[in-house]
Amino acid sequence: MNDMRQIERAVDMKQTKITARGVQVYYGDNHAIKDVSVEIADKTVTAFIGPSGCGKSTFLRCLNRMNDTISICRVEGDILIDNEDIYDPRVDPVQLRAKVGMVFQKPNPFPKSIYDNVAYGPKIHGLARNKAELDEIVEKALRRGAIWDEVKDRLNAPGTGLSGGQQQRLCIARAVATEPEVLLMDEPCSALDPIATAQVEELIDELRQSYSVVIVTHSMQQAARVSQKTAFFHLGNLVEYGETGEIFTNPEDPRTESYITGRIG
Amino acid sequence: MSALWIALIVLALAAGGYVLGRKRALASVGGNTRHLHSLPSYYGANVAMMAAVPALILLVIWLILQPMVLNRMVAPMIGSVAAGEAGEMSLVMSDVRRVADGLDAAVDQGVLSGAEARDMQSDSTDVRATLSNVGVALGSDVTAETLSAAQRYRALSSTGSLLMTVVVLAVALAGAITATLRTHRDFRARNVVEHGMRVLLIGAACFAILTTLGIVLSLIFNTVKFFNLYPASDYFFGLTWSPSFGGGSSLGILPLLWGTLYISVIALAVAVPIGLFAAIYLSEYATPRIRAFAKPMLEVLAGIPTIVYGLFALLTVGPLLVSVFGEGGFAGVGWMQGGTAVMTAGLVMGIMLIPFVSSLSDDIINAVPQTMRDGSLGLGATKSETVRQVVLPAALPGIVGAILLAASRAIGETMIVVLGAGAAAKLSLNPFEAMTTVTAKIVSQLTGDADFSSPEALVAFALGMTLFVITLGLNIFALWIVRKYREQYE
Repeated sequence: MNDMRQIERAVDMKQTKITARGVQVYYGDNHAIKDVSVEIADKTVTAFIGPSGCGKSTFLRCLNRMNDTISICRVEGDILIDNEDIYDPRVDPVQLRAKVGMVFQKPNPFPKSIYDNVAYGPKIHGLARNKAELDEIVEKALRRGAIWDEVKDRLNAPGTGLSGGQQQRLCIARAVATEPEVLLMDEPCSALDPIATAQVEELIDELRQSYSVVIVTHSMQQAARVSQKTAFFHLGNLVEYGETGEIFTNPEDPRTESYITGRIG
Repeated sequence: MSALWIALIVLALAAGGYVLGRKRALASVGGNTRHLHSLPSYYGANVAMMAAVPALILLVIWLILQPMVLNRMVAPMIGSVAAGEAGEMSLVMSDVRRVADGLDAAVDQGVLSGAEARDMQSDSTDVRATLSNVGVALGSDVTAETLSAAQRYRALSSTGSLLMTVVVLAVALAGAITATLRTHRDFRARNVVEHGMRVLLIGAACFAILTTLGIVLSLIFNTVKFFNLYPASDYFFGLTWSPSFGGGSSLGILPLLWGTLYISVIALAVAVPIGLFAAIYLSEYATPRIRAFAKPMLEVLAGIPTIVYGLFALLTVGPLLVSVFGEGGFAGVGWMQGGTAVMTAGLVMGIMLIPFVSSLSDDIINAVPQTMRDGSLGLGATKSETVRQVVLPAALPGIVGAILLAASRAIGETMIVVLGAGAAAKLSLNPFEAMTTVTAKIVSQLTGDADFSSPEALVAFALGMTLFVITLGLNIFALWIVRKYREQYE
């Protein structure tokens, strides 16, 4: 997971998963996202970087309509997933969120057992016909969350009793269990220590095989380590979007360069 | 001099001390406050505190102790007359105090001179007539012993008051003078005042605790007295409650406990679902504007005095229930004989408890972190799935605590029961029958002419003690659960 592995960054062939065109977001009178257009590829890790308050988390939350839960928030423009407008009135946000999973900044396991945490999504979406199938789904999800070996003997222990890094991997497993197509991660490592961060990053790299992963991060090293494409946000504008290697080695916009070299942010 | 005047003088001394202390502190640095250890007002406050606090404390203690000491000193004089029981002794002593007060009043109004009051003999003067002239009515003629005891009581108490005035004022002055003398630029008045503040706060806390202790002790003593007169096994396991002041009453608590629990259960059955659902709506679904309007409205319910709920039960709910479940009612079942019934009181008490449950549960549901909801919504759960499967389980211990607190209120509720449930102590399963509760019976045992040496009156203390133990247990259990819940998120 070290440097800029250019070979793995050959993403041109990948299909576009998410297309955003002219997205504007308002919190009351505050114009939080200004005319953002971006195309996010399938089976790729896309990183959103930028200083605090630049709108990267807000934009991420638009992708699964989590902003609907904030009453003063208003979204304009088009966001398409697989060429389907997710803000179309016919789209059920609840169904959409099953397809677009999300992992949050702070690990937020439910106050239930580890098993029930992972089984929560499959249960409410009726993904398992019986207990054996559910067991299978849970085991698969925990294995993909790279936490199975640590918890397989205590699936009935409360999820809140795990360490911070384990909790975050449990949350990733929980998100994976509903078989989403896109996985959104909002600073998933900001509450974790370096070792747990490394584990989660390794996991993100593996998840790329099956999902389109979008990750918001404050750490530019992390963006450089895990992503193939990077978008730089500043004051609600998408300043620059391109290959991660390009952005970090040869940015076009002076603001991007200033941020990456530590002069703004 | 009366205690009020003494207190006022002490306070005036303290106020003067404040000014003096402040001035002296300023003088010690030639008006340059920077050289003082503390702000000038602290030096003033120090002097005021030293003048007022010890003197006032002494005053209060003296006022409490003086009557006790006087009783002790006068009691031997009438020892020969009524050397009977303790109860009679206290009756005689209260007679003595009454006569003494009467003599005071007579002197005040100029009917008697001071010397006459002091030297009056019961065989030469009709004391009773003289005193009734000044508005003090006595039950019987005053015996010679009582009169002389009363005269001695008067003399002693006036000496005592004089002594009190002198000592208290001396203490106040001494405090003010020492504090003033100590006032100097290096004196750490700020720290001393700080210390004084702490002592004051500790005193307030101790006062509350000691009062509680006093209440509990008085309950315990009277309960023990009751159990000396009435067998405990009959009280705890007796199935009938029929007190008669003529004697031969059966005082079994079970019918009362049954009524209490029955009414509380009905009240909770009303309050818990409605209160909980209202809380869920307010905290999860309502927009901020609705919430800002609805929550205070709901809490207005909590501000209605329980006697008003009682009237509501008596005048509205009772007749309404009778018209449905009574003889010839809509339901055609004829279960209900009169408006007062367990159901009436239970329903109204439930309404009373709704804001209690909803407001506590609302706070607890709001304390569930938003990230928990986001996690569930982010997995594609609907709002009600999130509430049912994530928010409520997370808030459950706190909600249980809220319900238990509501239960202990239901058990202790009196007025609604008195007006809504009737007064018959019965062991019955029919919720449309009149029953009564522990609290209502405490009221009825103590109202009217109660003789506090009979088991029929003393049973009220045993009932109170039983109730206290039950609600205390419930409250401790509830607080324990709530606290355990809090540790989860903080």
